[in-house]
Amino acid sequence: MIQVVSRPEWRAREYRREQIFQLVGALIVLFALTTLVVLLTKILLDGFARLNPEFFTSFPSRRASQAGVLPALVGSAYLLLLTAAIAIPVGVGAAIYLEEFAKRNWFTRVVEINITNLAGVPSVIYGLLGLQVFVRTLHMERSLLAGACTMALLALPVIITAAREGLRTVPKSLRYGSLALGATQWQTVRYTVLPVAMPSILTGVILALSRVVGETAPLLVVGAVVYISKLPDSLFSSFTVLPVQIYNWTTRPQHAFQENAAAGIIVLLALLLTMNALAIYLRNRYQKRLPI
Amino acid sequence: MKSRYGWIGLSCAAILVFTACGKPASKGNEASAAASTLSGKITIDGSSTVLPISEALAEEFQKQHPQVEVTVGRSGTGGGFKKFANGEIDITGASRPIREEEDAQCKKNGIEYIEIPIAYDAMAVVVNPQNTWCDTLTVAELKKIWEPAAQGKITNWSQVRPGFPNERLVLFGAGTDSGTFDYFTAAIVGKEKASRGDYTASEDDDILVQGVARNKGALGYFGLAYYENNQDKLKLVAIDNGNGPVKPSRETVLDGTYQPLARPLFLYVNVKALERPEVAEFIKFALAHAGKLAEEVGYVGLPEQVYELVSHRVERRITGSAFGAHGSQTGVKLEDLYKIEEASEKGAE
Repeated sequence: MIQVVSRPEWRAREYRREQIFQLVGALIVLFALTTLVVLLTKILLDGFARLNPEFFTSFPSRRASQAGVLPALVGSAYLLLLTAAIAIPVGVGAAIYLEEFAKRNWFTRVVEINITNLAGVPSVIYGLLGLQVFVRTLHMERSLLAGACTMALLALPVIITAAREGLRTVPKSLRYGSLALGATQWQTVRYTVLPVAMPSILTGVILALSRVVGETAPLLVVGAVVYISKLPDSLFSSFTVLPVQIYNWTTRPQHAFQENAAAGIIVLLALLLTMNALAIYLRNRYQKRLPI
Repeated sequence: MKSRYGWIGLSCAAILVFTACGKPASKGNEASAAASTLSGKITIDGSSTVLPISEALAEEFQKQHPQVEVTVGRSGTGGGFKKFANGEIDITGASRPIREEEDAQCKKNGIEYIEIPIAYDAMAVVVNPQNTWCDTLTVAELKKIWEPAAQGKITNWSQVRPGFPNERLVLFGAGTDSGTFDYFTAAIVGKEKASRGDYTASEDDDILVQGVARNKGALGYFGLAYYENNQDKLKLVAIDNGNGPVKPSRETVLDGTYQPLARPLFLYVNVKALERPEVAEFIKFALAHAGKLAEEVGYVGLPEQVYELVSHRVERRITGSAFGAHGSQTGVKLEDLYKIEEASEKGAE
């Protein structure tokens, strides 16, 4: 028999505890948000004045007032697309294979453990790997392609893990239903499983790519330059990206460059927020269209 | 699937917009220099201290030769030499002369180089503005503060000089990967990279500026340009090298009295790359304009005489380091160093 405890002094104590816990939680959130707001306000105040059209259409310059983010912005956009083109097919493909086709044996288990571990490797290590493999061994030089291959390696573990999680949430009954109707395994994956898993796969992909946009260290190692006077026109062009440009500006003694850095950070933040918004939009759109 | 294509389309559209934005700028460049027919690509890398000069040189060079693509990276002095020795870049910037092992690596890979000093950089020793007791420091006192033996022992200003108040000594200095660190330790302690470890080290000089500005008992060192841009927050210390206290300035750096904390900055150019007309032209351009551009970005230009002496070295392809590939050295006047080289070369002929 269950005895319901209802002694008033106990309840009062539990109630107080809960109140204290709520207060601590609220304070922590407040602290985190205040820090963020202070940082963002400072960045906005410092950088907003520099956000004129010339800032977006100019190349870097020794004169802070004439310097702009054009090659960095274009470099980031190219790098992002190229990384996506490499990492998405490979990553989603690997996830589909591991989740839908591969037999569970020692081999897939080794692969799985490695993928999980790779997600935790510091990004600069990927930079060193990229420098040795892509830049030196495969003679890609310090090019956009070498950068994108390195960043694809960085994004792969995240994409694979997210895509597998997405595939795992698809109910078994849907697969059985499809197979029972005579569809092959590939048809089941293509027309039943993938569309359902798409929202979470896309979210994972875009979050992984957001990380790529914000990375500095591995690209510096692979050889992103800090001054460039031409936009990349091929896969083997030299390139620079927004975080590298910002990093370079923050290390200059003149205050005008700090304002440039702040303006650069605003541009990068806008880019990241756009990507995250896109992730949310795509997820919602797909979820609505699915008749489950 | 439709929205996915939409996304790709959106991205392509974005790129088209970016590239379209880029065109007016390059057109402007073409118009300003129609005569140049040089083309090709020049890759520069190396020291972050030299970077502002390389960037300024690249920017101005490009205005005259719009068909030449110049890229500048920042791998640090050591990282730059590694790439240079591998033949991956044409020119590397260095905030100290090349070291023996780096020179050996170049020789091993068959890479010959010409050493080109392009500017002076002075290091400033600074304290907090509230510090009323310390206006000058001797090199010996600085050594006492910074040598490895001082670690954990010299922690109070009263230990630095009798008469200094009982105030905690808080130290700020360059990160161990920088040429600034190499040079400071060589100049003050007497051995490259020999330093105490219990101080706030950062590659980001702004952190050092903030640190010194906030601690009454602080002492720090970094490039003079950082002092000049933060004069209201810092107090400059004059350095006594045995000939009376001297504050760093353009004059004291050039006449050689601000010693030992004034150092030359260099470009090292690959001799094979120098055979390419665009690289040769760039070096010529650098020697003609480095002085003025260096001043513009916060350094001290060399005396005209040095640029002339170095031009001769470049024309006659005199390779190797005038410093004998021994890394940082102090108290060297460049005009004497390269003159001696010239003389011995002439004697040898």
